[in-house]
Amino acid sequence: MINGLTLGSVYALIALGYSMVYGILELINFAHGEIYMLGAYFGIIFFGLFTAIGLTAFSLPLALLLTLVLSVIFCASYGFTIEKIAYKPLRNAPRLSPLISAIGVSIFLQNFVMLTQGATDKVFPSLFGTAGFQFMSVQMTYLQLSIILISGILMVSLRFFVRKTRMGKAMRAVAQDKVMASLLGINIDTVISVTFLIGSGLAAIAGLMVAMYYGLVNYSIGYIAGIKAFSAAVLGGIGSIRGAMFGGILLGLVESLGGSYISSEYKDAYAFILLIIVLLVKPGGIFGKAELEKV
Amino acid sequence: MKDSGPLGRKTVIRWGTLLKALLGALWLSFLFLPFKGIRATVTFFCIILISLLLWRMLLKCRGTLSVILPVLRPPVWFSQRQMHLIVLLSFISAMAIPFFAGDYFLDIAILAGIYIILALGLNVVVGFAGLLNLGFAAFYAIGAYAYALLHTKLGFGFWTAMPASLVLTTLSGFLLAIPALRLRGDYLAIVTLGFGEITRLILNNWDSLTQGPNGISGIGRPEILSFPLNTLASFYYLVACCVIFTIFIIKRVHASRIGRAWIALREDEIASSVMGIHTTAYKLYAFAFGAFWAGLAGSLFTAKMQFVSPESFTFMESVLIICMVILGGLGSIPGVVIGALILVILPEMLREVQLYRMLALGSGLVLLMIFRPQGLLGGKGVSLRG
Repeated sequence: MINGLTLGSVYALIALGYSMVYGILELINFAHGEIYMLGAYFGIIFFGLFTAIGLTAFSLPLALLLTLVLSVIFCASYGFTIEKIAYKPLRNAPRLSPLISAIGVSIFLQNFVMLTQGATDKVFPSLFGTAGFQFMSVQMTYLQLSIILISGILMVSLRFFVRKTRMGKAMRAVAQDKVMASLLGINIDTVISVTFLIGSGLAAIAGLMVAMYYGLVNYSIGYIAGIKAFSAAVLGGIGSIRGAMFGGILLGLVESLGGSYISSEYKDAYAFILLIIVLLVKPGGIFGKAELEKV
Repeated sequence: MKDSGPLGRKTVIRWGTLLKALLGALWLSFLFLPFKGIRATVTFFCIILISLLLWRMLLKCRGTLSVILPVLRPPVWFSQRQMHLIVLLSFISAMAIPFFAGDYFLDIAILAGIYIILALGLNVVVGFAGLLNLGFAAFYAIGAYAYALLHTKLGFGFWTAMPASLVLTTLSGFLLAIPALRLRGDYLAIVTLGFGEITRLILNNWDSLTQGPNGISGIGRPEILSFPLNTLASFYYLVACCVIFTIFIIKRVHASRIGRAWIALREDEIASSVMGIHTTAYKLYAFAFGAFWAGLAGSLFTAKMQFVSPESFTFMESVLIICMVILGGLGSIPGVVIGALILVILPEMLREVQLYRMLALGSGLVLLMIFRPQGLLGGKGVSLRG
């Protein structure tokens, strides 16, 4: 149950990136899962570096914070670059082209990481062990608690950002109508870049937290996590932040409960089955509204 | 840039170009830095800088380049008679392959034939009807496993197991199409992807039937009139016959009422439904018809390998088949055949640099989409709609 909640909040963080990009570009950003994988790898690389130069021994929180900041910076740069290279030239192309381009980027990044980092699992040092506490018959480790808390804080602040700030307003405007937004003086390129930066940053945090949680990272984790997070985004209603949060947590719960009560072998299939059912019953997702087709 | 007047364009390298390339290379090296440390990054920086400069120069003299490289030019349309000649020549050379080629080459040729059938089948769904299917390997897997199971569990021979597996695969095409038809574009893509993953997971985990990840082995060779196809050459001819059959049927269907209905559907769904095309029914046909060919390819694959395991039917397989269709040109039958040939033969030729193969495939897809989204032989009228 708690495991599902933890997993779910990680899915929700990744799903937010999908949801935001889809809301604005109407593109399934297949490379987003790889950004999450990169985040996990950056976490391991930078943390290893800090351990090597003795910063970890000096102050663990500082090392962790720096690792987090650096992974977010690098992942955001990757997201930014991917958008500039692979999606921007296709902005006005038919909708299949950027999708296939995204698959290409995803294959490229996966193999790039495999070549530079090796095909074997990488280990993230266990920092907190299984220390935890008990609260009303619920067993929980501190790591799980902090993952859930951090995700919650990030999601709330993202919601605030989109609702209240100027850039958030611009993002919503671009999502509604690109041409109209640009007529009103909004720089669409900037908005899209910011979307990719934020989405990739969130994915980086998710990746780092997963690396700490499971302790193992592999170059292929991005694909399956990406697909699941996308399912979560669709589940909650794509383009809606609340929907992505809810969908992610629901998916995490279904997966961990289904894994323990029905069959753990088909753990990965639950996401897809849930997705297919939701799309059939309520194509707009739980929080989405059905889109009318414009002729 | 201010100075890009008619005179400025003639000089190939200018400071602006150089600066841009430098900045781009610096940025990419910055991204590369965490992976390999400083020394490798410096090498990486130099490589990227040089290739970016070359790239910019190439873009500058694109006009002269398009004379040299036919790829950059719009495809030349052959006359009817020349076309017949080309088809005849390639037919004769294809038939002659077993007489001078070794086993290794024949192996690749058989594989290429199987992929041609697969790619043509997917071309029906994606190229003709415009429905993106990211789980096509699932049908391939169903065809292969149906053949293997009928053969090993029920003792069917090749000529009974193959039709039965074709029927099963077509039915599974229908089954997927029924829920998928309510969806459009990206959602359809993601549901087909999910279907592919679910199929693979079932094959991997249903140990009592499929023997899980170990796969099914001990599948016999096909025979014709109790004369077994023992040699690779005879099997090659079987595959070649199937390929020709596939091309013939798909060409005829493409030209028929159904084919034209698919094209109309792809170009504009609403308009075609207004014109009286039963969109749901035709989408259903497209899925089932495409799945049929995947079933044929699957049966041949199993008969060739005498072994199946879920490993052969991953998401990458689906992507590879899609790449063949897109590289050759959506909706173009000769294009798809060439695309499949290229993507089977090229990796074999690049065995030494095998590790970089997927890297090249990924970046190749991006570049193809940016510079030639219609593929090598894609027609003008083909639009990639979701």
